[in-house]
Amino acid sequence: MMRLPPYADLLGLVVEHGDDGAPVLMMPFATDVLGRPGFLHGGAISGLMEMAAIVALHRALAGDGGGEIKPINVTVDFMRGGRDKETRSRGVVTRLGTRVANVEATAWQDDPAKPIAAARMNYLIVRRG
Amino acid sequence: MSGFAGFDPERFFRARIGHGGTLGTEYRAHGADWAELALPYDENLIGNIGTGVIASGPIISLMDMATSMSVWLCADAFVAHATLDLRIDYLRPATPGRTVIGRGECYRLTRSIAFVRGQAHDGDPGDPLAHVAGTFMAPEGYPR
Repeated sequence: MMRLPPYADLLGLVVEHGDDGAPVLMMPFATDVLGRPGFLHGGAISGLMEMAAIVALHRALAGDGGGEIKPINVTVDFMRGGRDKETRSRGVVTRLGTRVANVEATAWQDDPAKPIAAARMNYLIVRRG
Repeated sequence: MSGFAGFDPERFFRARIGHGGTLGTEYRAHGADWAELALPYDENLIGNIGTGVIASGPIISLMDMATSMSVWLCADAFVAHATLDLRIDYLRPATPGRTVIGRGECYRLTRSIAFVRGQAHDGDPGDPLAHVAGTFMAPEGYPR
């Protein structure tokens, strides 16, 4: 398991493990991630999904020789307001290429089938060796 | 419409609590349809332990806030609205130790949708580190 960076601590992220072993990141509700009163900040939800994507990509890369990653872009859709409760996110690597990886992540609160936000990311991969 | 006529971004920012305050974002400047915010370097924002480069999440937050404020300036009112989508291109890593400056602009305001774009840099506006494009929606509409 990779060590999470200071920004993940700022968000209060906790690593949980899903049914199939894929890591789920949980962000507790706190004033540190609050946007307008009663709702999560969109940037905090985005940050959670980016960390989930990075964790998923590092995991996929670890089984494929390892490497460094650099974010190219991220597109976030906000579907529902995030309320004052725990939020979870999991990243899915949809394609792991030689130089580029496509990763998707969703964030949800009560029901994974009702996401509050979704993100698509492209990462540049610098392979070792 | 729900909200208040007129919008003073400096006053809005003075009473900050929540995520923006935790990140350390500060007001910098504004115009009729744009707002500029600053995000001073802080080790708590680091996303890459090896290089000390801040994570991309705080830059999304910064640009979400700067573009959101540009909409309120454009509408000349504080209106309840939500980000529909935000796309960010990371042109280069932010330089460790430098303050990131984010400028958001509302380039089109319709009855219910605001279209925004923006750039972030860390000292030289001619050498941006990120570019964003997005939309906001006001459920009860923006004043026209």
